[in-house]
Amino acid sequence: MKLNLKIWRQKNASTKGKIQDYKIANVDPDMSFLEMMDVLNEEMVEKGEEPVEFDHDCREGICGSCNLQINGKPHGPDTGVSTCQLHMRKFKDGDTIVIEPFRAKAFPVIKDLIVDRSALDRIQQAGGYISVNTSGTTQDANAIPIPKEDADAAFYSATCIQCGACVAACKNASAMLFTAARVSQFALLPQGQVEATNRVLAMVEQMDKEGFGACTNTGACEIECPKGISLENIARLNREYLKASVT
Amino acid sequence: MAKSALLKSSLAKKYWMAFTGLFLCTFLVGHLLGNLQLLLPVSEAARDQFNEYALFMTTNPLVMILSYVTYISILFHAIDGVILTYNNRKARPQGYVSFKPSTNSTWASRNMGLLGTVIFVFIVLHMNAFWAEMKFGGLDNTVYTTGGGESVKDLYTLTLSTFQDSTYGLLFVIIYVLSMAAIAFHLLHGFSSGFQTLGVNHPRYNGFIRKLGYGFAILVPLAFAIIPIYIHFVLENVLEKI
Repeated sequence: MKLNLKIWRQKNASTKGKIQDYKIANVDPDMSFLEMMDVLNEEMVEKGEEPVEFDHDCREGICGSCNLQINGKPHGPDTGVSTCQLHMRKFKDGDTIVIEPFRAKAFPVIKDLIVDRSALDRIQQAGGYISVNTSGTTQDANAIPIPKEDADAAFYSATCIQCGACVAACKNASAMLFTAARVSQFALLPQGQVEATNRVLAMVEQMDKEGFGACTNTGACEIECPKGISLENIARLNREYLKASVT
Repeated sequence: MAKSALLKSSLAKKYWMAFTGLFLCTFLVGHLLGNLQLLLPVSEAARDQFNEYALFMTTNPLVMILSYVTYISILFHAIDGVILTYNNRKARPQGYVSFKPSTNSTWASRNMGLLGTVIFVFIVLHMNAFWAEMKFGGLDNTVYTTGGGESVKDLYTLTLSTFQDSTYGLLFVIIYVLSMAAIAFHLLHGFSSGFQTLGVNHPRYNGFIRKLGYGFAILVPLAFAIIPIYIHFVLENVLEKI
């Protein structure tokens, strides 16, 4: 496959970036998108050019590191996968592919396609935990009976890999789906009840502070989420927040 | 924290958006039921009935309280919407070179601010044409006594003659119908979105709420839009008849 790539290049956070054109040949349809980027970078290094910086780690769709906006969609045209699991067979020979960083005020560009997503960490740190005494007398979590349905729902919420695709897809750059998933995984379990009120208030406050937009319920996040995190989580966040605000 | 949160946070702004929006949906139904009286054949009786209804709607204390709540809701919904839209735009200062939102969301859901602005302009024109005339003495010289002995302002003749005007009538009909289309698209997203924002989301009820929302969004504005079309093209000219 031969491809035309339009890639966002930006030296650092304080300089202005721009789209630059690249050509790449001999792309195997069975390559992953990131392998294609690797090949491009190797060619660039050989030519003495500065390679394109992009985030990646496990390349198994688990870690949530990779985050490319490909042809106007987070993680590209495929559904239910992150960028690392997108394959070149989803494109045609001669295609032009636009590759950009995830865009949000809360996700400043560090270099090229790498953005700083620590805003999501700070939302998590604001309340996405339970306080457990780990002195050695900790109760076995399995000793607390939990209905299967609740356990499953909490598990699905917890499958969020914090990649930020929800923010990237949202017209408002809202982090509601992420925050909602993180609030939900605790709200659904008995262990999360003790700190439920403070958790939801603190996490939403941090979300607003980071400069993310509000939710317009367009549903774009749910469709682009590589883990298929459902909008039900946002409704649950709305209920939890309302409950916490009036009590 | 709790108190300030319910006024300041992005979620709080959304609750108020949903709450006022859904309240205004009930207002639309009430308003529509009153307007349907304009489909009656032109006659003294139809004129009396509509004008007595208009008198009741502008003087009954309970209806007056309800209408002030409605005015406040419209203003709050509009101002809150402007603030939210402004903040949402600020959340992505640098846009994408390539962005394909149509693959993951509806046009209406992405353009609620634009649709709301069209609706707001319509409300201003609409209130200027009818409500202000009724409230600020524009109809004082049309006062007459109905068959039932009530002294009423003739809002009926003003309404019909507005849409039957030989020069501007058709233009008013077109503006009205386009505005109803804007309301329809606004509701296509807004109705079910309001429930989601208030936390009502359950697999058992989602389908029902979505269908109810689509039905409401299409039928209510359609019924509103039929009235001026009918008045302009079908109904006898009120100024010739009465």
